[in-house]
Amino acid sequence: MAEALQEAPAGVDPRLAALRRVALVPAYNEEGSIGTVIDEIRAADPEIEIVVVDDGSRDDTTGAAAARGARVLQLPFNLGIGGAVQTGYRFAYENGFDLALRVDGDGQHDPSWFGVLAGPVLSGHADIAVGSRFIGSKGFQSSRLRRFAIRILSWTVTVLCGGRVTDPTSGFQVTNRRAIALFAAYYPHDYPEVEATVLAAKAGLRRAEVPVEMRERSAGRSSIGAVRSVYYMVKVLLAVFVAAFRRPPEVPA
Amino acid sequence: MIGASGVTPVAVAVAGACASILLVLVVLELIRKRRLRERYALLWLATGIVLLVLSLWRSGLNTIAGWLGVKGYPPAVLFAVATLFILLVLLDYSTVISKLADQNTILAQRLALLEEKLGVKRS
Repeated sequence: MAEALQEAPAGVDPRLAALRRVALVPAYNEEGSIGTVIDEIRAADPEIEIVVVDDGSRDDTTGAAAARGARVLQLPFNLGIGGAVQTGYRFAYENGFDLALRVDGDGQHDPSWFGVLAGPVLSGHADIAVGSRFIGSKGFQSSRLRRFAIRILSWTVTVLCGGRVTDPTSGFQVTNRRAIALFAAYYPHDYPEVEATVLAAKAGLRRAEVPVEMRERSAGRSSIGAVRSVYYMVKVLLAVFVAAFRRPPEVPA
Repeated sequence: MIGASGVTPVAVAVAGACASILLVLVVLELIRKRRLRERYALLWLATGIVLLVLSLWRSGLNTIAGWLGVKGYPPAVLFAVATLFILLVLLDYSTVISKLADQNTILAQRLALLEEKLGVKRS
């Protein structure tokens, strides 16, 4: 709000500044990149509360995050990405936050997009805004195999939920209070974004996609290799079909 | 091996009955020692009792074998029923494990939230 920093984008949107907002950063063995991620979030929005969920890391992710002034929720053992993300949403819900930005701890999401990504939520057009790397196809596009898997998933989710879904696996999201409440109560397990997309649609939440550029992860290794990508795709497809035939979840007040 | 009318041999009936009674007794003993909760013991008890009844009630087993089109060796139905019950027990266990895993996740999350609130430092 006050003096504009040199690299800071356009400053924080006043509609955003009026909200209680939190950045949720799930991290597993990201000691090397978590500090930069935290600094970048703060550069994009100096007032935002930053909460790192350390998903049972064996390295000192917790120490590295705490040293940069983030609050750290340290899970006693590895729950997997879904369990870690849900921990963040529970925190956001129980502490009365209005808006949550989710940024992965590996550096592939560039927090300077926060203002753009929050747009559809701030204008009231969406409950969940998702950064898509496939609209406009700029920035890091992932490997060919994964793009193929993602395309199959997009197509399935588009058919099941309606609306255009180009990047159902993106974890770069802004959620309002309603979506925070839903995800605090219900969140799928591993590789959860796709199933969460179906869940949110069934609960009557509106989703918007915003074109963003993503980067290649800066340190550490992806949790998913080539063979596992296929395994996960089959598992996620099963989960998505089951989710589509489940009773719609109720969003808590 | 194949009787004139395909009746269950007495030896098979006795062996089946003994095994079923043993199963029921072991399950009851485990409950008595509190090493097995009643909820998980019920399916095992049902398994034992059904197998016991089918072993001893030879004409009944023959009738059921007839319905199922099992010709020549009625005790095959005993194996089929035993297999079915084992599958049921395993499926029951899968649901129990899933529920425990969900509860475990919630506990881990609550612990992380509480420790942060209390400012507990772990190494």
